[in-house]
Amino acid sequence: MALLDIKDLSINFGGLRAVSDFNLSMEVGELVGIIGPNGAGKTTVFNMLTGVYRPTKGQIFLRHGDGFVNLVGKKPYTITQMGVARTFQNIRLFKELSVLQNVKIAHHFSAKYGVGGAVLRTPAYYREEQRIHDEALKLLRIFGLENRKDEISKNLPYGEQRRLELARALATSPRLLLLDEPAAGMNPQEIKDLMEMIRWIRKEFQLTILLIEHHMEVVMGVCERILVLDYGLTIAEGRPEDIKKNPKVIEAYLGEVVEDA
Amino acid sequence: MTRAKSLLKVPVVLAALALLYLGLIAGFSNNPYYMQILNMAAINTIMAVSLNLINGFTGQFSIGHAGFMGVGAYVAAVCSVFYKIPYLIALFVGALAAAVVGLVVGIPTLRLKGDYLAIATLGFAEIIRVIIVNIQKVGGPRGFLGIPPYTSFLWTYLFAVGTVIVISNFINSSPGRACLAVREDEVAAESMGVNSTKYKVVAFVMGAFFAGLGGGLLVHLLSIAHPTMFTFLKSVDFLIMIVVGGQGSITGSVTAASFITVVSEALRKFEVWRMLAYSLVLIVVMLTRPQGLLGGKELTWEGIVNVPGRLRRFRLPKVGGGRVGTAGH
Repeated sequence: MALLDIKDLSINFGGLRAVSDFNLSMEVGELVGIIGPNGAGKTTVFNMLTGVYRPTKGQIFLRHGDGFVNLVGKKPYTITQMGVARTFQNIRLFKELSVLQNVKIAHHFSAKYGVGGAVLRTPAYYREEQRIHDEALKLLRIFGLENRKDEISKNLPYGEQRRLELARALATSPRLLLLDEPAAGMNPQEIKDLMEMIRWIRKEFQLTILLIEHHMEVVMGVCERILVLDYGLTIAEGRPEDIKKNPKVIEAYLGEVVEDA
Repeated sequence: MTRAKSLLKVPVVLAALALLYLGLIAGFSNNPYYMQILNMAAINTIMAVSLNLINGFTGQFSIGHAGFMGVGAYVAAVCSVFYKIPYLIALFVGALAAAVVGLVVGIPTLRLKGDYLAIATLGFAEIIRVIIVNIQKVGGPRGFLGIPPYTSFLWTYLFAVGTVIVISNFINSSPGRACLAVREDEVAAESMGVNSTKYKVVAFVMGAFFAGLGGGLLVHLLSIAHPTMFTFLKSVDFLIMIVVGGQGSITGSVTAASFITVVSEALRKFEVWRMLAYSLVLIVVMLTRPQGLLGGKELTWEGIVNVPGRLRRFRLPKVGGGRVGTAGH
């Protein structure tokens, strides 16, 4: 059963075509990777998926109940509420807030009381705050951040900030999770832990994951299918072992092979 | 916090407030000058806390707070003078009018960021002032005289406490956290499902409501409303209060609003030197504590009780936190 269906997605910035006719269909539970040299348009695809950029052309269909909804033109917060969560390439935590608050904010739209309930402290307020508190703690426990809950998030070490960002994304109870370079800046041990964690959360939270990554180890290790972007064009798509041998991919990364050198 | 625990706090806080109130009344009621200062401190508290909701908690740089105060002041004054509406209802109508103006101004201007929003709110406050100057019915540039002096310390005090309760309840809730998220990082907030425009407008309208309330209280205290009471400089006064107290700290705003009100009165005898001393104090605060006296933190009982413990820890830094494992093991 398809969860996501992207058709001919393109975007121009002025005269520059950053992404051109991007097509991708993802089944429920699939783990797909996007790779490509710097500036290939990978993050731009994420930004279009999450409503930050409006594509010049193309459609993004997300399963919603029995049918599909077109995400093009929807606001980022609506897209999140429909079950698409993301992390950022350069971590974007709520820096001055505590670790716990960071996760609680992600529960925001599930809270069943409004401004009135908050000001008047209705029973719904206490009930919902308790629920949000418990759920946020549960997530922090899963990510080993429970004893850091009152720390200001900018004071966490890098690896923990990455984990917190992931916990925060999962707190929105997504169906589709977009990870933008989750292994950036990590050491080999942390990368190993991360790979294990990605596999585990996918099973535990029944997620479909789309992943951008530069570390080949991660991409080849966890992804079932890989797309390669170069200058906004999809130059290859397939299983990791095929991608490794694809001459176009090697060319994009290493340059053209010069015949008689 | 559990409900029982927080409900238990309520009578304790109320009793403390009642004692404080009676003490202040007993101490100052025979001196109208001191009572006036207390009244001004309470009104400034309302203004500072409500501005802090917009600037400190939601991160939108508004410098038009006196404009909303002016709307609330004149509407409440018109209600009591021309329509003989009861005092409390007049105040409420004034506050509501300011909130409506806040909504109308907020929806288009809150798309702007930083300096641009500041300039837009400044412009708005000036428009309000110029409109007031040109309405002869409310005295125009001569001012609006003969407003019944209904405001007593009871009301300014109760409304100041009410404002603090409403705004701190709001901040410590899911919608309040959404405002904090918008302040920290709008893109990340949106990607967490927060409708940033909505919460900016909510904070702006709430701030405007309480500013309008403050205006109504003020003119019923002084029994005069004058356009010069709601100029840009007045907005700057409130801005100074929240900057000194700490943006994002309610207790900081309360402290700074009361402190600045009292200090500027105390310095009144020095005439010319007053503004000089005032500016010097600000420069010193900005140089030594740019985040304001309290930064983003709140004064709490637990915090005050823990001061000795914190000092001890300060001398003997402890290696905190253990190594934390990753998930899935």
